[in-house]
Amino acid sequence: MSDQTPETDTHAAQESPAQASLHGCPSEMLFGAAVVHCNRDSYLELCRALKADGYVMPVGVSGVDYLTHPGRSLPEGIAPERFEVVVELLSLRDRKRIRVRCQVPGDDPHVPTLFDVWPGVEAHERETYDMFGIRFDGHPDPSRILMPEDWEGHPLRKDYDVGHVPVQFKESPSGVSAAGGSGTGR
Amino acid sequence: MSNTPVNPTRKATLLDKILGRVQPGGDELNELLEIKTDEGIQEMAPRGRTTDREMSIESGTPSRLGEGAARTAEGIRLDRMDVDIEVPEDETMILNLGPSHPSTHGVLRVMVELDGESIMRSKAVVGYLHTGMEKTGEELMYHQGSTNVTRMDYLAPFFNELTFSLGVERLLGLEIPPRATWIRMLMSEFNRISSHFLWLATNGADLGALNMLVYGWRDREMVLSFFEKVTGLRMNHNYIRPGGVAADLPDGWRDDVLALCEAIPRRMDEYDNLLTGQPIVQKRLQGVGPIDADTAIGLGLTGPLLRSTGVAWDLRRDQPYLAYDDVDFDVIVGTSGDCWDRYAIRFNEIRESVRIIRQIVDMMPGGDYRVQDKKVTPPPRNRIDESMEALIHHFKLYTEGFRVPPGEAYVPVESPRGESGCFIVSDGTSRPYRLHMRAASFANLQALPHLARGSLLADTIAIVSTIDPVLGDVDR
Repeated sequence: MSDQTPETDTHAAQESPAQASLHGCPSEMLFGAAVVHCNRDSYLELCRALKADGYVMPVGVSGVDYLTHPGRSLPEGIAPERFEVVVELLSLRDRKRIRVRCQVPGDDPHVPTLFDVWPGVEAHERETYDMFGIRFDGHPDPSRILMPEDWEGHPLRKDYDVGHVPVQFKESPSGVSAAGGSGTGR
Repeated sequence: MSNTPVNPTRKATLLDKILGRVQPGGDELNELLEIKTDEGIQEMAPRGRTTDREMSIESGTPSRLGEGAARTAEGIRLDRMDVDIEVPEDETMILNLGPSHPSTHGVLRVMVELDGESIMRSKAVVGYLHTGMEKTGEELMYHQGSTNVTRMDYLAPFFNELTFSLGVERLLGLEIPPRATWIRMLMSEFNRISSHFLWLATNGADLGALNMLVYGWRDREMVLSFFEKVTGLRMNHNYIRPGGVAADLPDGWRDDVLALCEAIPRRMDEYDNLLTGQPIVQKRLQGVGPIDADTAIGLGLTGPLLRSTGVAWDLRRDQPYLAYDDVDFDVIVGTSGDCWDRYAIRFNEIRESVRIIRQIVDMMPGGDYRVQDKKVTPPPRNRIDESMEALIHHFKLYTEGFRVPPGEAYVPVESPRGESGCFIVSDGTSRPYRLHMRAASFANLQALPHLARGSLLADTIAIVSTIDPVLGDVDR
């Protein structure tokens, strides 16, 4: 990744050294975007500090399950975990964006909610919970949002099978069933 | 209200809540809900369970109150008196608007708690159109991806394709030819017009101006027939692809575009007479569902919803992509953040888009319409017959796809509904490791409880209409 030349970016406002620190958390420029890494303990503090810096708009919260892609590049001091919570933030005043990537362990996936910082993360956190099973502690409405409430599993996890529908073939004209007569779903 | 003992093993139904069988409040119920399922309930919980924090979703308090001003050790203190919340629970009514209701613009279910005709609380229940498109996106190769994402916000397909393609190009470090950039801009602006026309149509229908419904669809069709001429399809075009666009503009495109640029402003003047000056429309929209700028920002609202509050934020101007630097246009803003402002903004954005399109016609450069990189762009059909190399490239591209360097990219664009952005994580293979669409409608729908609070039931229709959610975008 390091041999990638950061491409000519129209977002001229985003300029910071390649490897730096922001509020005690390592930050970097990744494909023309500012990214700051943190772990669960520093997550809420970092987000509060970023809001004080002028990042007043929560653009979105999503998750990534790195189960089958463990060798991603991370700055020093950040230990890779299975999940990442990705928060996109926007500063209207400075016309800048920043992305917070928070490492979340796979055996106990939970992070504090950002609802008290930005109320607009409410639906996004619900979606992230729904899709990845990452719990947001203190969220006012920690329910599923897109899947039915009795759904089992979290679909965007990498170990969630995409599933398939057993195909039923019509009987052949001769009356001999192609599937051997037994409608076994696979 | 009855005091039926609660059976912890039984799942509470909506009926239970309406009949008050599940007693609100206290740790007992919270415990019960946790026992029942760790997923919680999607429906509206009894009001007694609504904590101050939860209520602040409706009133947007965390964004409005300064740090420390009303924050106490217990959390946020709210003025519960701004809506008459002292009504006993058995005197209110919970009503479902939708999921199948003409004014929900798809399958949106809005639960409203009514005191007479006033809305005390509302909650949007979404997910009826969820088809796991983000999961599908992980299975499709990059050159197939735009077919998938174009179906998300189905009224603004070019913007989905555009943000996906810009993200992939960012990861590839690909510079696309100028003509492709300008074609993309041309199609985007026409798409903004067609989306706003449809909004004018449905908004008219929601307010009872049924003639507008017909006119809006008619004019949208005018734009869609241009799309069909260029891309072959009216919707879900798969036209903007990583590396450029699928085909060059057809012969005579300039005449078509100029004819549209003539017709659309004339039509807009007619609709100005028909709607803007009409007292009924004014009464239905003015002062309905207001929102202030700080709340809108804190809720992550974008697009006309944010601009209606007076925040001049338009990605085309503030974080320009494509070649929006080179064209001249105005960002339309409102002042009071009510439905009327949102109406006026969309109305005038159509005119601004026409203004942009006229400049695009003048400045359209020549040259390639897609990048001449054999690893990304398939060879033209006739080359396959005469060149072995072209055949191999074609075969490799359509069986293996092209590899994208590991990394992540998020390049947002200003869609008709606000900021639309595709977050792509690549692990170096030919399929996205993760594809997440930041849907403008999904974020904007969070404003509904806030906007509807304290208004009349009939106003909810106008409010949902001016939020302009596309449920395919919300649910993905």
